[in-house]
Amino acid sequence: MEWLTLTIDGREVSALKGSTVLEACRVNNIPIPTLCYDKALTPAGACRLCIVQIEGMRNLPPSCVTQVTQGMKVETQNEKVRNARKTILELLVANHPLDCMTCQKLGDCSLAEYAYEYGVKGQEYKGEKRQLPIDDDNPYILRDLNKCILCGKCIATCEAVTERNVIGFAYRGFQAKVSTFMDTDLKDSSCVYCNRCVAICPVGALMDKNMIGKGRAWELKKEEVTCTFCDSGCEFVINSKNGKVLGVTAKSASNGRPLCLKGRIGSDFRYNSERTDKPFINRDGEFVQVTWSEFLGLGNIVEKINSLTK
Amino acid sequence: MAENQRILVCAGTGCASSGAHKIIDVLQEEIIRQGIQDRVSVVSTGCHGFCEQGPTLIIEPQQTLYTQVKPEDVPEIVAQDLVGGKLVERLLYIDPLTKKPATTFANSNFFAKQVRVVLQNCGFIDPEKIQDYVDNAGYKGLTNALKMSPDEVVEEVKKAGLRGRGGAGFPTGLKWSFCRNSPGNKKYIICNADEGDPGAFMDRGVLEGDPHSVIEGMLIGAYAIGADEGYVYCRAEYPLAIKHMEIAIAQAEQAGYLGENIMNSGFNFRLKIRAGAGAFVCGEETALMASIEGRRGMPNVRPPFPAQSGLWGKPTNINNVETWSSIPHILKNGAEWYTQYGTEKSKGTKIFALTGKINNTGLVEVPMGTTLRDILFDIGGGIQNGKAFKAVQIGGPSGGCLPDEMLDLQVDYDTLTKAGAMVGSGGLVVMDETTCMVDIARFFLDFSQKESCGKCTPCREGNKRMWDILDRITKGEGKLEDLDTLENLALVIKETSLCGLGQNSPNPVLATLKYFRSEFEAHIVDHKCPAHVCTALLTYSIDAEKCKGCGLCAKNCPVGCITGEKKAPHQIDEAACIKCGTCLEKCKFDAVIRL
Repeated sequence: MEWLTLTIDGREVSALKGSTVLEACRVNNIPIPTLCYDKALTPAGACRLCIVQIEGMRNLPPSCVTQVTQGMKVETQNEKVRNARKTILELLVANHPLDCMTCQKLGDCSLAEYAYEYGVKGQEYKGEKRQLPIDDDNPYILRDLNKCILCGKCIATCEAVTERNVIGFAYRGFQAKVSTFMDTDLKDSSCVYCNRCVAICPVGALMDKNMIGKGRAWELKKEEVTCTFCDSGCEFVINSKNGKVLGVTAKSASNGRPLCLKGRIGSDFRYNSERTDKPFINRDGEFVQVTWSEFLGLGNIVEKINSLTK
Repeated sequence: MAENQRILVCAGTGCASSGAHKIIDVLQEEIIRQGIQDRVSVVSTGCHGFCEQGPTLIIEPQQTLYTQVKPEDVPEIVAQDLVGGKLVERLLYIDPLTKKPATTFANSNFFAKQVRVVLQNCGFIDPEKIQDYVDNAGYKGLTNALKMSPDEVVEEVKKAGLRGRGGAGFPTGLKWSFCRNSPGNKKYIICNADEGDPGAFMDRGVLEGDPHSVIEGMLIGAYAIGADEGYVYCRAEYPLAIKHMEIAIAQAEQAGYLGENIMNSGFNFRLKIRAGAGAFVCGEETALMASIEGRRGMPNVRPPFPAQSGLWGKPTNINNVETWSSIPHILKNGAEWYTQYGTEKSKGTKIFALTGKINNTGLVEVPMGTTLRDILFDIGGGIQNGKAFKAVQIGGPSGGCLPDEMLDLQVDYDTLTKAGAMVGSGGLVVMDETTCMVDIARFFLDFSQKESCGKCTPCREGNKRMWDILDRITKGEGKLEDLDTLENLALVIKETSLCGLGQNSPNPVLATLKYFRSEFEAHIVDHKCPAHVCTALLTYSIDAEKCKGCGLCAKNCPVGCITGEKKAPHQIDEAACIKCGTCLEKCKFDAVIRL
């Protein structure tokens, strides 16, 4: 491990050789806005929000893909950088439906967070906005591509699952969008609703349908657990409000295989009125309620132990 | 009249579309009919470069150039010239400047002032015959290269000072050395033939007319770099270029120039063609490689650079058609010979495609450092219909418009970039006084924003918003603050975009704002389009004094908005007028006023 010294905003900091400027900033608590960056994915350098100014480099390089070098001089907050970031945010907001009051993502939306930070109100560029139909024909994911900022993280996380690759970029220019094969709705695609894409979406373009209308991001208590439905051991998040579990969401793209439907939807059983806390045993084709000790074969455990000591 | 003659008929895409194949058929029939087939041969060649005057044919050895030939002219050419030995004067090229006919192609200004290095075979050999190429010192550069060490070849190209002809002008030898020095035993080279700039067709000309020069250049490059496999990535819109390249590759394989143990040197090289799918952005190196790999053509961030990790993760070197095609000449004649052409930092010759409102539309090759005035007025023959020159767009949608005060600029990579344009691939789109510069900026931006791949925010969203603003200005709905907004957007897009498309797409806007700001202001403040192009800002009326009441305007008006009694002045209903300008064209008394 080799450490390099560089100057960020006039402050001398150390960073590991091979790390990026963004990583160096994050390690040193220097805030850099990002929309397309995720540490589990190969950086795409697409949103251009993490741009910084580096002495001797032309243009404003994106910090997420620029590696640190010894003696590098980085500026992350000067006027030029902030103006460029603000312009990029204005451009994104100009093509985004401003229905934040009713958007499920509010409170957890990266675009809203940075728009607030940079004072972006969406007044700068008035013109055409996308008018794409909302994909609502499946029971699991609400897909509103009018809110999509084309960061590409959903595509990258979907590609990371072997033989999945359900979505990709399609069309060009202003018409560019994330699309399934032949641009169908999700229900006609090979999507299995693992919801990795939903978990990683920084805006409200992909939403868990079972969470919609049930609570605001700041009202939810999130608990990370390992699923016990099968032996794969997927990690996910249990979202609860006022002590009641509202839904299970995929945790992050990095943790091996994604959450299957069983794990995610299974949480609903908890509040099923027909749910019982006693076990049943199949006797001659009929389910008969028994005690736990009988079910587990522990009924005569004391006699069994005693017989062993003789 | 017993000497052998060759008739070189241009059958490039341009001339083929105006009947060159028919001319070749009729020529062959006529020659047989006149019984001169033993001494006269017809050669179907690539582009002569003189597209405006096509179909063209050249008779050798006399060097007679006949222009705008039609199939029905052929019997006269055969009887009068080939048999009778007398020029068919009405088919000779009349120089628009001197008004004199050019008796040979070499004494026309168009050809005489060019220096044809890369284009020297184009139009003079049959591109479907490898022997024609070999007879013209073809594969001599390769022979020389194989006698040198790969490092010596790289050094020779470095010494020649050749810079990438695809647009950015990166030194070719240096680029080769990066890939050569990159670790790995599998390396690729690629020929970028995804020529997509509106108004650029030099690569098409070379591929169609002299495909072996590209193959030879690639062979030399592959030997120098240590690659054993290459691709020609050609846009699918160039079917003839692809066809000629396929034939050339097959013949080169047959002749032992491609394949295993080439010319007994132990060097192996295979070459394949990949057709593009119509995306402009695939001219960008990383997008091009993604496309070859079968993925969507979208640029990727660098590093890693293609020289480190390119096609299928292997070190890869990409050069443009014209760059590859320059290589055999350097190896054949030496770097020193090559450096006699050009300026201090831009060596050699460059092909430019002349289009727009210029008399001699076509392909021209000149030494770097030639002035725009020489290219446009001496070789290009000046502006069509005696109109005044207004601007020339250099470098396509990534370049900029330069006004007449820049005409004495010596064209090379550095001067053009400094002036706010770029050499780009070498498209020169000429505009006259009837061109609106706001409209032109909007046109080029429309192209860029539609061809943006959509990956990075500034290019995808920013170009669209710039286009929105320009569109509003052309409709008279602009505000003066819009110009500041345009400038800010342009600079942010240039500085933050991922690839060359976004980094250069605002150039046409910045250049027109720099040189033609008053035209923007006229649209915004006075609600007038000085060039009378933006229809929303035009008004048509009839001068009652001049109008004789002939009714011709009313008869031709497509929306019937002109009324009036016979022999009395007519009126235009402005609300109904669609501003098509038909009345203005039809009026014989100059009574229609356009403001």
